[in-house]
Amino acid sequence: MSTGEQRGWPLYEVFVRGKRGLNHVHVGSLHAADDRMALTHARDLYTRRNEGVSIWVVRSEHITASTRDEKDPFFDPSADKVYRHPTFYDIPDDVPHI
Amino acid sequence: MTAGQAKPAEPAVADGLQERFDATIARDQRIEPRDWMPEGYRATLIRQIAQHAHSEIIGMQPEGEWITRAPSLRRKAILFAKVQDEAGHGLYLYSAAETLGADRADLTERLIEGRQKYSSIFNYPTLSFADVGVIGWFVDGAAICNQVPLCRSSYGPYARAMVRICKEESFHQRQGYELLMTMMRGTDAQREMVQDAVNRWWWPSLMMFGPPDDNSPNSARSMAWKIKRHSNDELRRRFVDMTVPQAEKLGVTLPDPELRWNEERGHHDFGTPDWDELTRVIQGDGPCNARRVERRRTAHEEGAWVREAALAHAAKQAARTARGAAA
Ligand SMILES: [Fe+2]
Ligand SMILES: [Fe+2]
Repeated sequence: MSTGEQRGWPLYEVFVRGKRGLNHVHVGSLHAADDRMALTHARDLYTRRNEGVSIWVVRSEHITASTRDEKDPFFDPSADKVYRHPTFYDIPDDVPHI
Repeated sequence: MTAGQAKPAEPAVADGLQERFDATIARDQRIEPRDWMPEGYRATLIRQIAQHAHSEIIGMQPEGEWITRAPSLRRKAILFAKVQDEAGHGLYLYSAAETLGADRADLTERLIEGRQKYSSIFNYPTLSFADVGVIGWFVDGAAICNQVPLCRSSYGPYARAMVRICKEESFHQRQGYELLMTMMRGTDAQREMVQDAVNRWWWPSLMMFGPPDDNSPNSARSMAWKIKRHSNDELRRRFVDMTVPQAEKLGVTLPDPELRWNEERGHHDFGTPDWDELTRVIQGDGPCNARRVERRRTAHEEGAWVREAALAHAAKQAARTARGAAA
């Protein structure tokens, strides 16, 4: 991503599963020479106190992201479909369990 | 954008972006890495986060010097874990700085070339093992006062790094205070060591919060951007109020004849730190500045072959894997 990376170890993004039943969550980044080292560094840096049961690392340059602009039409398809939400539908109060 | 506008596109876009940025700050929402932000905001954050990261890294040295001389295996293991945490804090923060486009190798170079600063407090020497306890109590305590409000800093990655750091600081402060309680239950000589360490670290700890508000030119802007949430003097006052009762319980005297409870204000009155001393230490003329930076430079240079060898090994492994796949 940045030009300085050629000077050293590449940048990795780190994702940790806090405990069973939870998704992996992005916790930060680190530099490592290769994937294996990225995993052991991630363990030492982000899980010193049992913060995780599973770690993913991925080279930052391999992540594809949506554009940064909030006004981007990218998210428009979800903005105008109110009928996707349960509150869109009027149901009488006396209908149970719905 | 409205079609057919006569104005050139560039400033029109910039106008809208600035408004959106201001609105995000006003709503107390977080700015995230890929958002548009004013260059001043970005530069201020990079400077502050880098200085903070450098402080954690340099901060390993004063206490690290006592790891091999810790009086018991228990104290050695605790000190080791604490110093390792400080390394971690530095790395969380460098990681946050990189989301703003800073380059980590460049930040390290700036530190060892003296072009970027770190906290003045780490330029004082650790003369006895009691210093390890007093650093945990005062320096990590002051860090907690500084850092808890930063968990709500307007820049997302910085605030999240702070949450992580604050969780760990509590252990740092408590192990220091417990160490001092143990020494205070010991011999007269041990109690004297504790009082001596308190006398030497008290004023430098108050200086950690930076110059007084009327002499802190960038503070107002950082507060408007919600990078910073409280002024230097406000945080210093909190630290004093928090520490005085802890000192009483411990049985040590804080070396300030002007220190007393002010019933009317509901806070302690206290003396004025020697601001000339702070200026000297910040400008490089503290007792240990040269030694701290030199140590960091040596570690960096002596580690160069390891970084290169790891890269060469990674390249060799990758080539081997590629050949295996082709065969
Ligand atoms: Fe720290
Ligand atoms: Fe700490």
